[in-house]
This record gives sequence, structure tokens and C-alpha cells, in this order.
Amino acid sequence: MSSASVSSPVVAAPNAGNIRMRVEQASYAYQATDRSAPKFTLGPVNLEALGHEIIAILGPNASGKSTLLGMLAGLHKPLSGRIEVDGADVNGLDPRVRAQRIALVQQDTELLFPLRVWEYVLQGRYPYGRRLRFESDEDCLFAGNALAQVGADPLRDRWMDKLSGGERQRVILARALAQQPSLLLLDEPTQHLDIGGKVELLRRLRRLADNNRYTVLVVTHELDLASEFCDRIVLLHQGKQLRVGTPAEVYERALLEEVFQASLDVEMRANGRPRVILKG
Amino acid sequence: MRPLTPRRVLWVCLGLGILLFGAVVISLRMGAYPISIPDIVMTLVNRFIGRSNEIPPDFWNVVYEIRLPRIALGILVGASLSTAGAGFQALLRNPLADPYVLGVSSGAGLGAIISLALAPRTPGLIQFAAFLGAAITIGVVYYLGQRGGQIDSPTLLLAGIVAVSFLSAVIMFLTTSLPGHEFRSMEFWLMGDLATQPSVNLHWLYLLLILGVGSIYTTSSDLNLILTGEQEARHLGVNVDRVKIVVYVAASLLTGLAVSVSGAIGYVGLIVPHLMRMLFGSDYRLLIPTSALAGATLIVLADLLARVVVAPTELPVGAMTALVGAPVFIYLLRRRAR
Repeated sequence: MSSASVSSPVVAAPNAGNIRMRVEQASYAYQATDRSAPKFTLGPVNLEALGHEIIAILGPNASGKSTLLGMLAGLHKPLSGRIEVDGADVNGLDPRVRAQRIALVQQDTELLFPLRVWEYVLQGRYPYGRRLRFESDEDCLFAGNALAQVGADPLRDRWMDKLSGGERQRVILARALAQQPSLLLLDEPTQHLDIGGKVELLRRLRRLADNNRYTVLVVTHELDLASEFCDRIVLLHQGKQLRVGTPAEVYERALLEEVFQASLDVEMRANGRPRVILKG
Repeated sequence: MRPLTPRRVLWVCLGLGILLFGAVVISLRMGAYPISIPDIVMTLVNRFIGRSNEIPPDFWNVVYEIRLPRIALGILVGASLSTAGAGFQALLRNPLADPYVLGVSSGAGLGAIISLALAPRTPGLIQFAAFLGAAITIGVVYYLGQRGGQIDSPTLLLAGIVAVSFLSAVIMFLTTSLPGHEFRSMEFWLMGDLATQPSVNLHWLYLLLILGVGSIYTTSSDLNLILTGEQEARHLGVNVDRVKIVVYVAASLLTGLAVSVSGAIGYVGLIVPHLMRMLFGSDYRLLIPTSALAGATLIVLADLLARVVVAPTELPVGAMTALVGAPVFIYLLRRRAR
């Protein structure tokens, strides 16, 4: 555990003027009841995320990735510490105001009743709605833009349950974009996609971050894709934040081998991004 | 992109309202004592403009004493059960949920019988007891329908079957072993009919209907989001727990209301919301009012058939809805399994 127990300090952001999200000493604990001992603890986590930045949250199963994402989204209130988005405490915000700044894309749920793509994307406008929430022309405009941003314009009249995995993922992303957030949180968006779909999705996220100033945090199991498309990596293990840094800083052979319990090799490529190779 | 507008909701509801009116007129016309449509219109209009004394006593008797109260009761029951069905489907995340199939109607019936045994003369108590019976039953079925902390569709339906058979047995036991009380027959509680008028004024029951349907309607845009994913709905700012409590209480109230006056009429809460979804889509802002109107129409027509197909006797209306509803249920079950 020697290398794994070294916890990293806050990674200084290269351009401190543009901080989207600041996470300071945030921790969380799952408890069965109020008085029982915590079943699982997460943190403390320290992180700063900038505009235009894609950060991957990596770690083995049950390392706390989804919990961290839920905490950042305001679904789980941190036990200690503070999470700020654009200078405002995430847990102090009214849920609907928070949803105007942070969009959360979770693992796909089964739709109970048939729904058209545009109906689904319009749901992203809920945080902006009035009491009975009939959508305005403006809502339709933003939903249309969101569909265009993910290249799903031609799908707008299709049924959600008739889409392919990749198309569906794009539409789910469009609903998040319709919220007009500054921060996009995605929980294993590549899970049900084939390799082509995975690459396409990450390219798209990269473009959205580069061209539209979104900050993207993505939970994933894809080490190589994270290295290729993400600016920084947060590595979690058993609820602890082991390391934060660029892929080259985080992808150390001994560290990855210990965290993922597998024989791995790390190879540095010409573009400065490491690649992980399974050893036979 | 053609988002739902209040105007569209109004137009669709107006259309369904006209259908309901048509069903009411046909239902007034047919029966052992036939009245022509012009006579019915004359009877209705004369009362409306305050010239009731010009209506022939026979017509007055048949229209206002016999058929119209029964139709009014049918509208109340149909609207209640359909809205409750749509509510339970969202609450339990199960398209096959229906007050009858889940045993909620049986629970409401048992509550009603117990209240009749204890305090038969207290006005409104039977409705309250039926509501309590419905609320407790759905709570128990919800609990039994879970596997690993999640609602599991087959387990939920099995829990409903167990609830129906157990509660029906208790109802049979009580209605046969407590003679001397003013119970309706066992058939009434198990199959449902509209032949007897309730002791409570219909105005009060309609007030409860509006309260129940209105409460569910206020949550309709929240329900749309909850149905596409509860966590995401929470994140988008929906107060999921509050919505669930509102739907739970209101759907139990509507079921209790219907059962207290008509017994357990089955499958309306299943057929009607599904038909409305096929016609107008899954948006609850349109589904709730259309289900209420179409449910009312369906029960009025089903009761008409129940009165005329085996005249001069009649069938319980619940037998008519089950004849149509059970095959629809099987169709939905098989379509879902694929």
C-alpha cells in the first residue's frame, strides 16, 4: 500500500481566474442508520475544475466514483468540506437553480412509456419552468439547439426506445445541455456503447468543452480513452482520492497495478499521453 | 417540435367531453322504458330553463329519478378509477398497475364493510374507511412487491393477486357471518355495480373527485420526469418524495371513493390510461384529464350494456369491464414480456 497511501495535495489550477468548480476537503459517508458506523466513506476530496476542462474520475468498482459524482451534483450532502460552483455553495442552492448550473447524466434507466426524442429533451427545461410548466417557445429553441449540438437533430421525432445505444446516449446528453449548465457530470456514459460509439462520445465531449466552455466531469472505466481525451484524472480507491493530475502524472505502473489489481504496463506515446497495456 | 400547450389540452378535453355527453344521452334513452332522443332533450332543456312542471311525470321519473343518478354515479366511479390507475402506474413504475389488480379496491371494500359494521349511520365514514383500506393495502402491496429494495414488476403483481384473494376471502367471511347489518351483497363488493344510490349526497363525492384528480394533476409535469428516472428528476429539482405522497394519498382517496359507492369494478384504471397513451402520448398533463373523461365515458357505456344485454335482469357493471379488461391486461403483459 506504500504508493497508494500517498495522498496528493490540491492540484493547483494552471489558470486560477477561470475556476468553475472548487471542491475543498469534501467527504461523505453512507450509514445504514443514524447511529451505526459508516458502511462506506468517501474523501476527503480536493479538486478544482476549470472552464474548457474534461476531468475523468477513475477507479475500480466500489471506489466511490458515482458517490463522488452524486455529491458534486448536490444529490448527497457532504459530511464535511465544501463544494462550490461558480462561487456558490452547491448545497445552499435551490435545487432548480442548481440544475441550471449543473447537469447530471446518469446510467441509463428504462423508459416505462414511449416518449419522443423532443419530449425527452424538453424535460431538460424543467428547472426554468413555471407552475404548471407548459414549455415556452424559448424552451423549444434551447432544446433544439441542444439537439443540434450533439448532432441529433434528425432524431427529434423518433421514439426513444427505437434508438440505437449511441443515438440514445446523444439524446440523453442533449437533455443535459438543454439545462444550459456550465458543468456537465456524466456517470459511465460509455457503458453500453461499442468502441466506435465510445470514441465518438468522448470526441463530442471534447468539442463541447473546447468550443462551448463546458466543464465536464466523467466517471468511466476506460483508462485509454480517458488518457486520450481528458485533461486531468482523479484516481479513487476505496473511497480515497489517491491522485489528481494529468494522465501522465497519474498513470504510473505501480499505482495502477495496485489500484486495479491487474498486471499492467504503461507506455508513453508521442503526444505525451500514456497508454495502458494488459500484460499476459 | 410540437410541445404540449394548454390550448391543446382544452381542445382534446372538449372533444372527450362531447363523447361523454353523447354516452350520457344514449344511456338516458335506452332501457326498459324507451324515450326518444327529442324527448330526452326536451326533458333536460325544460329543467335547465326552469320549466320542470312541463315535463311529463313518466319522463321525469325515468330520467331524473332512475337513469340520471345512476349515470352520475358511473361518471364519478369511472373518472376516479381511471385517474387512480394512471397515478398508481406512475407511483409504482409499472404499466400494469390498476386499483383492482393490485388489491387496492378489495382493501377499500373491506374498509367500507368494517365501517358499516361498526357505525352504519355516520355520514361520510364509509368513504373515509374505504380510503384508509385502500391506502393500507397499497402500502402493504408496495412493500411485498420489492426485491432487493427495488420494485419488481412480477413480484408486485403476485403481491396484488395474494392481496385480492386474501381480502376477498375476508370480505366473504364478513358479509356472510355478520347478518343483520346493512351490508350490500358479497357480489357487490367483489364485482361492483351501480344499481344503488349512495346515502351521501353526490355533490360531496364530486367535490372529493375534483380534489383527488386536481391533486394528481398538479404533480403531472413532475410525474413526467420521475417516469424517465427518479434520480435525474431529483437532480432537476423535482421534490420526488412530496410528489409520491400526493399521488399515493390522492390515488387511494379516488379508489376509496369509487369502491365505497360501487364496489370493486375492475380494469378501468388499466384500460383507460393505456388507451389514452396510445391516442395522445404519455404526457401526464394530458393523460390525467383525458383519462378522467374517458373513464367516465367507459363506465357509462359499460353500465348501459350491463343493463340492456340481459334485460329485464342486469349484470354487474364490473362483469362488463372485466370481460373487456382481462384480455387487454393479457395483451399488455405479453407485449411487455417481448
